[in-house]
Amino acid sequence: MKHASTVFPFHRVIWLNCLPSPRNEAKAGRTELIPSIKLRHCCLLRNQRCVVAYLYDRLLRIRALRWEYGSVLPANIRFHMCAEELQWFNQYKKSLANFMRSVGGGDGLDITQDMKPPKSLYIEVRCLKDHGEFEIDDGTVILLKKNSQHFLPRWKCEQLIRQGVLEHVLS
Amino acid sequence: MSDATFEDECDVNQDDSQEDVMTPAELIAKLEEAWLNEKFSPELLENKAEVVECVMEQLTHMDANLQRVKKGDMKASIHRMEIDRIRFVLSSYLRSRLQKIEKFFPHVLEKEKCRQAGEPSLLSPEEFAFAKEYYSNTEAYLKAVALKRMPPNLQTVDMLKAVPEPCLDSFVFLRAKESQENILVEPETDDQREYVVDLEEGSQHLMRYRTVAPLVSTGAVQLI
Repeated sequence: MKHASTVFPFHRVIWLNCLPSPRNEAKAGRTELIPSIKLRHCCLLRNQRCVVAYLYDRLLRIRALRWEYGSVLPANIRFHMCAEELQWFNQYKKSLANFMRSVGGGDGLDITQDMKPPKSLYIEVRCLKDHGEFEIDDGTVILLKKNSQHFLPRWKCEQLIRQGVLEHVLS
Repeated sequence: MSDATFEDECDVNQDDSQEDVMTPAELIAKLEEAWLNEKFSPELLENKAEVVECVMEQLTHMDANLQRVKKGDMKASIHRMEIDRIRFVLSSYLRSRLQKIEKFFPHVLEKEKCRQAGEPSLLSPEEFAFAKEYYSNTEAYLKAVALKRMPPNLQTVDMLKAVPEPCLDSFVFLRAKESQENILVEPETDDQREYVVDLEEGSQHLMRYRTVAPLVSTGAVQLI
């Protein structure tokens, strides 16, 4: 699953360390133990690699969530993440926001918008759930009610489409 | 993508803010070139901070002009569309750079560290700050969750080894913008020999990225 739309519950890793340290044994002159110590060390390295790979893969998925859902995650996904992951996510969010704010000197640019090349200025959207009032650029306020259909500027509703509030109607 | 309407929208801005002579059309062409190169090259290319800045300036300027146009004007919606399309290219460009920075962050930072004093940096200051934060954030996370519970000799991970390097041997499509002669193509397998090729102006090729990397950075070829 390259593009993660969800993450699975976090499994806390328990590191079992029950064998003696290799260095002490070698110092004690018990050379016959060296092969098994080496073997153990390789196993430890492998385990470390697996643990880190697991954690890193989760981070990449959590990163993808930021781009998909915006800076606030749905509760059911947050529920699957551990405290440290939430912390990482918040920090990532902050770094990204800092980056976007400082782009090009002025007010910055939201690069999580405009994910697809624009085809037309206005698009037909259908509301999938009640969202309440929504203001568009020229000051008009429209009511987004479930199952209602609207003709809106694309740049205003991209985020809502990704959050699943609106659906782009293709005819 | 840029057209005449875009130009006359921007020419007011041109006299006072642009020191180097570059028309908006040229600017957009530059942005598109950088965008395509960045999108198709496997590694991070040199940053084009000045292009990004100029385009941002133009966008705000066009936006301000559009506020003055009366509602329902046909011309206004064409301009609005133009702004949207330029903003898409710009965002997409910055996005693909950021993606590469995240994917190869230890290597990107290592390159930045080894850089000689006079050499231009690959990263813009903002990107550098982002990469550094990303690195320390990820490192801190791994440490807090797993590494600190491991035996003392296993508590560090060499990020440079753990995170894959950009694959410079991947193949890219390219178009030669200037004629190039005697490009040395290195052998891919042991039973092949190295040979040279000439790239004619305007011709298109499929080659390994490593061979043409210097030409991409000088702008002699365009990735497509």
